[in-house]
Amino acid sequence: MSQYKPGARLRSAVCATEVVVIAAPDNSVAVNCGGAPLLLEGEQVGEGLQLAASAAEGTQLGKRYTNETGDLELLCVKPGEGTLAAEGVALVQKGAKPLPSSD
Amino acid sequence: MNLMMLLEMAAQGFGERVAFVNGDESLTYKQLFDAAGQAGVRLRDGACQHVAMLDVSSLALPIGLFASAWAGKPFVPINYRLASHEVEGLVSRIEPAFIITDAERIASWTSRSEAELEAREAFVDFACDGTRPLENDWPMAPDDIAVLLFTSGTTGTPKAAVLRHRHLVSYMFSAVEFGSAAEDEVALVTVPPYHIAGVISVISSIYAGRRVVQLPNFNARDWIDIARRERVTNGFLVPTMLSQIVSELEGQDSANLPLLASISYGGGKMPQPVIERAMALLPNTKFTQAYGLTETSSTICVLLPWEHRAAGASNDPAERRRLTSVGRPLPGVELQIRDEEGRALPPGHRGEIYVRGDQVSGEYVGRGSVLDAQGWFPTRDAGELDEEGYLFLEGRADDVIVRGAENMSPGEIEDVLLRHPAVLDVCVVGVPDEHWGEAVAAVVVLRPGGEATTDELRDCVRSQLRSSRVPQFINFASELPYNETGKLLRRIIRANWAAN
Repeated sequence: MSQYKPGARLRSAVCATEVVVIAAPDNSVAVNCGGAPLLLEGEQVGEGLQLAASAAEGTQLGKRYTNETGDLELLCVKPGEGTLAAEGVALVQKGAKPLPSSD
Repeated sequence: MNLMMLLEMAAQGFGERVAFVNGDESLTYKQLFDAAGQAGVRLRDGACQHVAMLDVSSLALPIGLFASAWAGKPFVPINYRLASHEVEGLVSRIEPAFIITDAERIASWTSRSEAELEAREAFVDFACDGTRPLENDWPMAPDDIAVLLFTSGTTGTPKAAVLRHRHLVSYMFSAVEFGSAAEDEVALVTVPPYHIAGVISVISSIYAGRRVVQLPNFNARDWIDIARRERVTNGFLVPTMLSQIVSELEGQDSANLPLLASISYGGGKMPQPVIERAMALLPNTKFTQAYGLTETSSTICVLLPWEHRAAGASNDPAERRRLTSVGRPLPGVELQIRDEEGRALPPGHRGEIYVRGDQVSGEYVGRGSVLDAQGWFPTRDAGELDEEGYLFLEGRADDVIVRGAENMSPGEIEDVLLRHPAVLDVCVVGVPDEHWGEAVAAVVVLRPGGEATTDELRDCVRSQLRSSRVPQFINFASELPYNETGKLLRRIIRANWAAN
């Protein structure tokens, strides 16, 4: 369980995924990737951790992931094999709104 | 949050793609990332507190912008066309500064300022000569200032608008899909770095993964030549540029720009005849109009390609009029029209445009935020919405002419006069009048060979608008005063009336 600040960079303990926190709730929240808690910069990977088969749907570069209430939002800046989840529930890709580029 | 994380993603996702082309020189995404790091570490460790760019577009623009982000220091583009005392005035507000500029200016620099000047070539060479390994160690505080932009000052002393990393990143999230550009997409960008669209086009292009070809000094013939040679698919223009391109193409046998899939334009009023001629000349090109302000991180409303075509093909005057609309708000933007007491107005009523959203800054150095308690930004632009939510601009709120108790916008009178076959350009302003408070005055530029008397022009207005709109005074001129990004300088016309 951690309290995250927008701008914080987190990485997966079990795959290549890295995310940046875009929005986070005021209270603590348990965020996992590939079944293991995400790590803050400088945090060491615990021993014996492995990608959980049940949480291996992968992350995509440049996609934003959000929880159901929308107060947690993560931007994938490095893709990997794990699934992002908060409080045990998989995060979903935020819908893109494709518009023609204006600038 | 930092703009650098967007470039990091681009370098990872499509590092070998060409990001920027200027003449014979180019940078891939990976090279741009490395150059930003090399220059960024140097800027971070240097004494400067701002990184200024007093120059035309070059490869130093994207490197300078992202290096500043890496260093955690604001990037400050400055209009290189300003007189030297004006430049000095702006530089004195951002010292100690590191200034990227051209070699000639450095040779003739006489200012007593302690700014450190470097020629663009030397800056690019240093940045691209990197051998030391880079760590992704840029700051991530969302409230850090990314860009300071001096507003054009059509109404007085330039204000330094503050754009924080969170504003620009929010804009990218709501307006651009990461990596959405096809590999053969090439944008031709002619907007100068000191214009918000010049800064934003760098960021949105790298986020989309588009190749940018820079054209530092616009002229229509060069633009067309480069568009053909570099296989340009997307053009970004201000209305006066599109107008010149249209005139140039009309003189050639065929438009012959088959790869030009889209043109986006904005930054000033687009005359309806110009956009109609452009659409006829380029029937396969998709047109998008954007409306935005420096203080809103660029675009807040867009008129989409299908909306252009639907309006252009319609015989219904109300629908056809949408060609002169700036469209509807972006998904992340709320918009209201308010009266002078700040009350929200229903569709069909003219008032001041207010906007709200994560990309809206509304903050100036030394003045703080001008957002109200609910986060709304007063744009000082006047406009009205139609029933479908399309926004029509009516000029600056300060440009509204108050004749008697009647408010009228110069734009509606100008639109009528522009449709007169002899009229090339026109500006309508309010001038002091003893009886009415303000009277309607028009300065008209006739087409070469065109003829029209003042009575004829008055009849033209009278036949389409209420009699109060008929100009009391009409003068003829050979041209109107525009600034270099195509903004009509009404204050100069008003001052000329006052002087004569």
